[in-house]
Formats: sequence, structure tokens, C-alpha cells
Amino acid sequence: MISRRDLLKAAGAAAAGAAVPARTGAEVSTTAERHDLRHEAATRAPLESLTAEEAELLTAIVARLIPADANGPGAVEAGAVTYIDRALAGPLVASRESYRRGLAALERYAIQSRGAPFRSMTAVDQDSVLIDVEAGSATQSAGFDGSSATFFSMVRAHTWQGTFGDPYYGGNRGYIGWDLVGYPGVRTAVTPDDQRLGQLPPRVRRSAYDGDSFNKA
Amino acid sequence: MTQTLKTADVVIVGLGAAGGIAALPLAEAGLDVVGLEAGTRLTRRDFAPDEIRNNVRNWPQAVQKANHEVPTHRPNPDTPTTRAASHPMMNGVGGTTLHYWAQSWRLNPWDFRVASETTRRYGRSRLPAGTTVEDWPLGYDELEPYYDTVEWETGVAGRAGNVRGTLDPLGNVFEGPRQRDYPMPPLRGTGFTDLMAAAARSLGWKPFAGPAQINSRTFQDRSPCMYHGFCNRGGCHVDAKNGTAVTTIPRAEKTGRFTVVTRAHVTAIDVDQRGRVSAVRYVTDGTEFVQPAQAVLLAAYTYENVRLLLLSKSRGFPNGLSNNHGQVGRHYLSHAQEGRVTALFPFDLNTWYGLPAQGTAVDDFADDNFDHGGHDFIGGGNLWVYSDRRPIGAANMPTFGRAPSWGSAWKAFIRENADRVNVSYLQKTTLPYEGNYLDLDPHVKDPLGFPVIRITADYRDNERRLNDFIQDRMERWYRAAGAVAVIRSPLGTMGPSTHTYGGTRMGETAETNVVNRWGFSHEVPNLGVLGGSVMGTSGARNPTLTIQALAWRTADHLVKNWKTIAE
Repeated sequence: MISRRDLLKAAGAAAAGAAVPARTGAEVSTTAERHDLRHEAATRAPLESLTAEEAELLTAIVARLIPADANGPGAVEAGAVTYIDRALAGPLVASRESYRRGLAALERYAIQSRGAPFRSMTAVDQDSVLIDVEAGSATQSAGFDGSSATFFSMVRAHTWQGTFGDPYYGGNRGYIGWDLVGYPGVRTAVTPDDQRLGQLPPRVRRSAYDGDSFNKA
Repeated sequence: MTQTLKTADVVIVGLGAAGGIAALPLAEAGLDVVGLEAGTRLTRRDFAPDEIRNNVRNWPQAVQKANHEVPTHRPNPDTPTTRAASHPMMNGVGGTTLHYWAQSWRLNPWDFRVASETTRRYGRSRLPAGTTVEDWPLGYDELEPYYDTVEWETGVAGRAGNVRGTLDPLGNVFEGPRQRDYPMPPLRGTGFTDLMAAAARSLGWKPFAGPAQINSRTFQDRSPCMYHGFCNRGGCHVDAKNGTAVTTIPRAEKTGRFTVVTRAHVTAIDVDQRGRVSAVRYVTDGTEFVQPAQAVLLAAYTYENVRLLLLSKSRGFPNGLSNNHGQVGRHYLSHAQEGRVTALFPFDLNTWYGLPAQGTAVDDFADDNFDHGGHDFIGGGNLWVYSDRRPIGAANMPTFGRAPSWGSAWKAFIRENADRVNVSYLQKTTLPYEGNYLDLDPHVKDPLGFPVIRITADYRDNERRLNDFIQDRMERWYRAAGAVAVIRSPLGTMGPSTHTYGGTRMGETAETNVVNRWGFSHEVPNLGVLGGSVMGTSGARNPTLTIQALAWRTADHLVKNWKTIAE
């Protein structure tokens, strides 16, 4: 396997910015510019586990959970769906079937209770459907496995992971999630000044796996 | 095909907080020691500052043994069991000292004598109904030299409050007398912990920086702490956390007398015709090995210590090894460490960095440090606040009834308040009771077909009343510091926990205890047990340092009495 260090040596520092993401895909780069390139690639990345239809419905759901609004971009822009799609092909594979059944049940519930597919509803109607799903009251009629509340809390948990977790996993694109909560960023050394009251340290924006300090997950 | 290996002097089962300590004094004494560890070795390169890996996906342990053996739990025999998805502890050389919080407290002298001291001060009737608590067979004074040894050999940072009776108000004046100070000053304070300390003083309380098995400066050629915020269920990327993987285990290996065997899945302890332990059986990649030994130290976690004893049946021990008095699994308790209080402040706290051990403690309401004459419980709690937060955790903060849990209104709330929340850690005296115990689950098995542990246990009135009392104090503390809202969490259940006690309790009599005052079985003279499973009371603080002091003492006893015990 070619290490990032070798690539940098071979390509020269100036050229490496463009070359690294293009040539190695999974390699993580260090500047904001390089992240933008990688994130564009991620947006276009083919789905790994969800069907196109499922991904579109899930996108509409997470767009209501953490919406893009006056307070900035939301879960869709952060790539939460990409995070979930990848995780369902890996560490969360045990939840794949719950997504298949849950998404289908949610769509059935939307049509039964509101007379329209979820994606064609107004935001207000979408929210009212999600409130029913969260409360568990969508459970019976739509044929959720167990309570619809269980499905809701699973999607919420994964959406939060995909919005606020390390960008290495495909979400938190452009550090949207970390900017939203005001996280000053991953540092490997923190000074006394960085822990003072009333003064946050300057924001740094890097993944845990930028550079070569750590074995990748 | 079973392979029988060369006889070792001592086999240690499990190389975590306890076994990893015992290896050093044994190897330094010239004994040939084999350590059997289910997990693998992990290094600082495995410890990325990654919340998803550490806190969401339950750690990069390469071997998932414990997670396949999660105990079942029921509060009482009339209730069906439930089972958590993952185990609170991890497998690896160093065990859970790799990713623990590293708070390294000595127990209070009262914790060793709860039965007699309660009787003396308040009368015997104040011992809660149904408790099986006994005084420990040793007092604080007898363990003090071993506390001191572990603090100095592994490296504990802290501020002494009582050196040979001389009190220092900047340390914990309620602690038992110690022979000398800590080897390192405490971890530094933060703006937030300083604020909380000032608030505690305004209430007339005595705040202090708690002790941590973490380097506050370079120690034994290892780095000081970098305070970067990922060692709460994460390992240290600069080896500043003094778990056994970077302290006693490598030193024991350097003697040339200590062999570490990784990926060794121990299944049973064999006995000979004299009723003495003769070997430990383990499986690696489907091959069974028999490791003969002159003496065995069982040093897995509480659940696995009890399970291995119960599974190791023989003609002489038909109900499990060292269980002819029916005491294996009895006197179990899991520490009342939930029931937290969460506070919302009207200003940013800047607690994005730091670690759970970087905090401020109040011990005024712990143990028997205050008069219980007017209270309806015994014991107390340690109040602890600290600087530690990561983004996913922050985004999952409670909204204090001020916003829904998703949508635009939630987003506005989190944008303003993600750095304005703090969660306290309140550890409280927990007692053993008749009816709280561990046994083998009759239905649930691990992948090898062996039953997992079943926990039958629940908190009683003493723990619930104490929880209310401590939450009152914590709320008062937060409000004195400016908090505008608080949430009190429930005490929870006695299900699988990181702090568990009993099951192989230490005591003078075989009728109510499994091991003697030295940690050796009352029934099997060359079998020692290490870990929280020998402790009969919890105290109001993390157990690891006490477990390690006891482990060192048991190993020391074995060395000094080798001929009597092992031959």
C-alpha cells in the first residue's frame, strides 16, 4: 500500500493537494481545499447499501430532523445520508433490514394518514408524520417492526452521528456539524489557555485521521 | 487436539487492572509467570481522537470476547431478564485500564468498617434490613503501604489532604492518613472547574482536585497528559494514562520471567486429586491448551471471575471451584454511580477539552464524613464535576424542556447551548444484600456454548434515599455556580456496570466469604482471586486503585509464602 507520505514525496507539496484525493480515494488530506474536493466526490459517490428510492426518502426525513435554515446548513448538507449508507454496509449492517422495513412503513403511514407520499408533502405535514412516528402512534397501521418510535430513535441517532461525527466516516461534510455546535475541533494537545472560561480556542478543522498519527478505523 | 504446556510457577488469568499489577511483584521475585489475556496488544496508534470509534462503536478492541458474554440482568427472581448490547469492560493487554477514566482513589477508612462503625456511632439498627455487609478482614492502615506502592510505581497525580495526620485544605482532608504525598501534582484545573471550586467554597464546602492515574508531568519517561478530550472510553495517544499496559506489564516483561499470551480464551481451571489448582485451560483459534501451574491468580472482571469458578466443576467441587460453601456469586453489588445531575448554565463553559479525571471533588457528604443522626440512610457520595465533551455527545444534550429534540427549534437551541451544559458524576455507598447475587443464566450462552452470568440484583431504600440526598447537594452546588436549570437522572438498575463488587468476597470466615484476608481461596489454598469481586463494600469512589493495592498485596503474600502456598 502506498502511504500518503510517499505520495507527498513523489508528487511534491504543491501538486499533492490535487493528486492525493484523486489517486487514493480513501486517503485523507489536510487543507480545507482538499476536503472540498473529497466532499464533492462523496456527494457523487454511488450508494453502498440503500436503494436510490430509500436514499431519497431518508434524505427527506433527515432534512426535517436537522433542517437547513437561518441557523445554517443541516443534516442533508452534512452528508448524514452518506454516513448512514456506508455504515449500513459495514458496522451497522445489522440495522440494514430495520431501515428497509422502517422506511417502507413510514411511506405507507404517510400515504394512509395524509394521503400523499412523504416526499411530496409540505414541511409542516412531514413534521407531523415524523411526530407520529417518534411518538410510536404510527406503529400499528403502517406495519412497523416493533414500535415506530424505535425506528425513529435509530434514525435520529445515526443522523446525529453522521452530522456531528468525524468526517472520516462520510458525514459532517465541510464540518457543518462541528460549526453548528461550536466545537473548536480535534486537537492532539490542549493548552491551559484552551480551557479558559469565557474564551474558546480558535477553531481547527481536521479529521482524526488527517496526517499519519493513527491507525484507521 | 489439546496441547499441554510446560508448568509455570504462577498463571494469571486476565491482564487488566488487577492481573497486570500482580505480574510485576511476582516476576521481580523470580517466579516464572504466565499471563493469559483474551485480547491483543494495542498501541498509541490505535487511540485516534475519534468519537465514533470510541464512544459510538464501542472501541477498537480487536478481540470481542466480553461483548459475546454480556450478563443478563433481572432486579429480582420474579422479573424476566434483559440483556444489554455490549459489555462495559474491554479485552486487551491492560484491559479496561486502557480506556478507563483513571480516577485513582483510596477508599475512606470507614469503608473497611461499615458494620462496626455504623453500630458504634448510630446503633446496630441503622444497618439496612437485609444487608450482608461485614467489616473487611483488613483495615485501611493495613492496605496503606500497598496504596502507596501502586501510586508511586504506576504514577498517580493528586494532592494529599492528610500526610501522617497533617491536614492540607487543598487536598482531601477527609482521606485516611497517608505516609507521603502523591508522586505528581494533580492534573491542572480549567476555567470551569475553578468556577465550581469557588462555588463549593462559597457554600462552606471543601473542594479539591481528585487523584488520577495520569501523568501531570513527565513520569517514568512518559509524556504528560495532553488534555485533548478523547480518553473517556479512549486510550492515550501519548501513553500518559498509567494503565498496566504501559507501566507494570512492560516492566514485568523486562525481568525475563513474565510471558504474555494474547488471544487466550480461558475456559476452565483444573484441580488435582488433592483439591489444589493444577492448570488453566484456554482456547486460541480453536486449539485447546492446558497451562499447568503451581498457583493460579484469577484476575478477570467480576462477572468472569465468578463464571469461571462456577464453570470449573470437579468431583471435589461439584458446584464450581471454591464453592463448597455456596458463596461464589453472593454479596454482589454494582456501584450506585448513576443518578447524575445535569445542569444548564447561561454562559459558555468551554469544556470541549479535558478528561473525566480533570475535575473538582467534594467529599463533605461522602462515607461517614457527616453526622447521619438525622438521616434515614448510612454512607454517602462523592460529588465530581469535570471538563469533558465531544460533539456527538454535545448534540445529544437534554433540552431542559426548552426545545423539542429535533427540527429548527432544536437546532436554534443547540447552537446556543451546546457549550452550556455539564453533567456531574455522583458515586455513592452501595451495600450488599441478601437476594442480590450472580449465577449462571439457564438460557443464554456464549458462542462456545457456556452459560453467561445472570445478575439478580436491585438497589434498596438505603441507596435510593442516599441518591436523593446527594442529588440535592449537587443541585445546590450547580446553582451556586450560576446554573439556571437542572435535571436529575434516575438511579438506574444494578445491571452490568464498570464498578462491580462481590461474588468472591474477602473475609475471615469461609461460611460467608470465598477468599481469605490475603485474597486466597478458603477452600483451594493455591488459588488467589484479584479484582473488585473480592471487595465487600463499594465506598463512594472508583475502585481501581483499591483493586490494584489488593492485587499487589496478594502477589506479595504469595511471594513471601511461596513454599506454603504453592508446593
